[in-house]
Amino acid sequence: MSLTERYDLNVVKWFSIMSVVYLVVGTLVGVYIAAELAYPFLNDLGTDTPYLQFGRLRPLHTNAVIYAFGGSALMASAFYIVQRTNQTRLWSNKMAWFTFWGWNLIILSAVISFPLGITSGKEYAELEWPIDIAITLVWASYMYNFIMTIHIRNRDKVPHVYVANWFFMGMMVMVTYLHVVNSLAIPVGMFKSYSIFSGVQDAMIQWWWGHNAVGFFLTAGFLGMMYYFVPKQAQRPVYSYRLSVIHFWALMFGYVWLGAHHLQYTALPDWAGSLGATISLAMIIPSWGGAINGILTLSGAWDRLREDYILRFLIMSLAFYAMGTFEGPVMSAKTVNALSHYTDWTIGHVHSAALGWNVMVAAGALYHMIEKIYNVRMSQKLLAIHFWTHTIGTVVYIVAMWVSGIMQGLMWRAYDEYGTLAYTFAESVSAMHPYYVMRAAGGALVVLGAVVMLINVIITIRKSSQEQTSAQAATA
Amino acid sequence: MANQNGKESLQSKLEKNVFGLYLFMALAASLAGIVEIVPLFTHNDVVKDEVVLADGSTQSLLWQRGDKKLSDWKPGDGVRPNTALEVAGRDIYIREGCYLCHSQMIRPFRDEKERYGHFSLAVESKYDHPFQWGSKRTGPDLARLGGKYSDEWHILHMRHPQAVVPESVMPKYRFLDDAIVDGETIQAHMEGLRKVGVPYTDGDIAEAAGLLKGKTEMDAMVAYLQSLGNMIKFEDGVVYRE
Repeated sequence: MSLTERYDLNVVKWFSIMSVVYLVVGTLVGVYIAAELAYPFLNDLGTDTPYLQFGRLRPLHTNAVIYAFGGSALMASAFYIVQRTNQTRLWSNKMAWFTFWGWNLIILSAVISFPLGITSGKEYAELEWPIDIAITLVWASYMYNFIMTIHIRNRDKVPHVYVANWFFMGMMVMVTYLHVVNSLAIPVGMFKSYSIFSGVQDAMIQWWWGHNAVGFFLTAGFLGMMYYFVPKQAQRPVYSYRLSVIHFWALMFGYVWLGAHHLQYTALPDWAGSLGATISLAMIIPSWGGAINGILTLSGAWDRLREDYILRFLIMSLAFYAMGTFEGPVMSAKTVNALSHYTDWTIGHVHSAALGWNVMVAAGALYHMIEKIYNVRMSQKLLAIHFWTHTIGTVVYIVAMWVSGIMQGLMWRAYDEYGTLAYTFAESVSAMHPYYVMRAAGGALVVLGAVVMLINVIITIRKSSQEQTSAQAATA
Repeated sequence: MANQNGKESLQSKLEKNVFGLYLFMALAASLAGIVEIVPLFTHNDVVKDEVVLADGSTQSLLWQRGDKKLSDWKPGDGVRPNTALEVAGRDIYIREGCYLCHSQMIRPFRDEKERYGHFSLAVESKYDHPFQWGSKRTGPDLARLGGKYSDEWHILHMRHPQAVVPESVMPKYRFLDDAIVDGETIQAHMEGLRKVGVPYTDGDIAEAAGLLKGKTEMDAMVAYLQSLGNMIKFEDGVVYRE
């Protein structure tokens, strides 16, 4: 029996395809708003309308890449992995399709509502209350289906739940919790609400959410992909089971504390920021443990990297994961944060992790799944082009933001020989121009890579259906 | 997997029982929120609304309103709820995503004091649902913008930022001139804010629609920007934050 007959993979297929589509769309919006910062006329193109302005498109960019691209990749891979590792079909294929349509309708509503200025004003949680309720329902269907699929496995064949599933489940549990608490609000109209929290409490809850959207959605979930697809693609078992147990529980317990490090030196009590920073530093250990666990899975199979581009995506993603989980704690330390906070360095850090870690590990996972589902080898040439444009684009992007971020921080605090501030704020803005151009160029390379990925996926699908028709013709 | 003493480990048990695993995950992930967030609601010191002056007397940082109307408030009288026009302006500020490029949170550093003014206090955003501290300064901090420039400056700047600050990368907000603020919805908005804890009186809400008559979104935006950061009169020798 073939893979597609044994498991419910149609929904996986469509989540994978949509994920690639959203990668193109999300990064394209990103490049556009990056270009707006370099060339402000792009904000309205002389039309005096607000729909393309930075303030309205920026939430669209972040939501499109995190929840549309990232979310679809997570749903595709979770539904794939849970079936493969538990050797059973989904508990409910119908419910998985509900999750698919629900999630895509939510994305559509974001695409419409953000340019119209419908927003709750909370970063990374901007969708208004009716959509928030829909997210809760769709997310619950995703989680319930996942857990029940594990529950109905044949316990004689699969007694232990495989590690990738723990990471996905951890993400599902925590994201439910974060989303519900952070979105608590009083509606004052169909498209407007006010958070029930204010000021300092709202700030802490917002960043408890914000950092764990990173820690759980973009880390735990994507680590679930890593723990399945790296061993699969390398055809080697995970390097260390013990290390993955430590990695998992340290992440579940530790990540949640970190949000407070976004609020150093603000009106949040000092102890909270310091606590957040201390645990951030400690988190280097499990994060690097996890990265090493993934990379060393290749022990004895390093030569595969030479020809296997999917494996290259996966391993490069782990290098970026290690770098991001080192940079983050450094930036959370008070002395560094005093300089880096409010600057482009934060943007650089986010993108080194998002483009380097999330997109690369998801690309590896999506390529792997599409090859398996369609049973066709993908174009190696296009894989290579995607790998190199994406890697170079990412590096250009983050170098630009490192330079501009540190420069901003230094210019804002610089004093001249008379003891007065050396630069006006406007001078720091104009000094950023070349780096904003460079960032947009790096981003454009990333979009190009994403387009190549989409083309490769389409070619693969067409090749597979051609082979099927010719095979049918042969049997007939 | 068995321990050395032959007993099955907890980890091994959890790996076999998905619901147990779920429960332990939820427990592990809950602790941080309880330690970091709950005290912010229970400790009065977190949003300190009283200071000791140089002469030893205590002074409230909140506006002691009594029977007065919102329009009786003067800068420096203490933290108060936004007026109807400012609420409308703040709604626009959120709608346009201003918080994505402008912070409203001055940190206690020398350069920030000289560039923006006195560091921000928690009590100053007590009525801010949601908070607008921001996380990025593509443009300057706005926490103490109120009174820094004239209304005319703001209007010119909003219409065409580069005409006033050539280096600016801010979008143009000329369209705010053409839109009239809606008096009906503002009452619903103020009712909502009252529900989440902003102390509006029935009178404040009743007069809101009348106060907004004929006002443009530009008027509302400027009113909001001019209200930022001048509610407390800061005095030397007073400890505002430990």
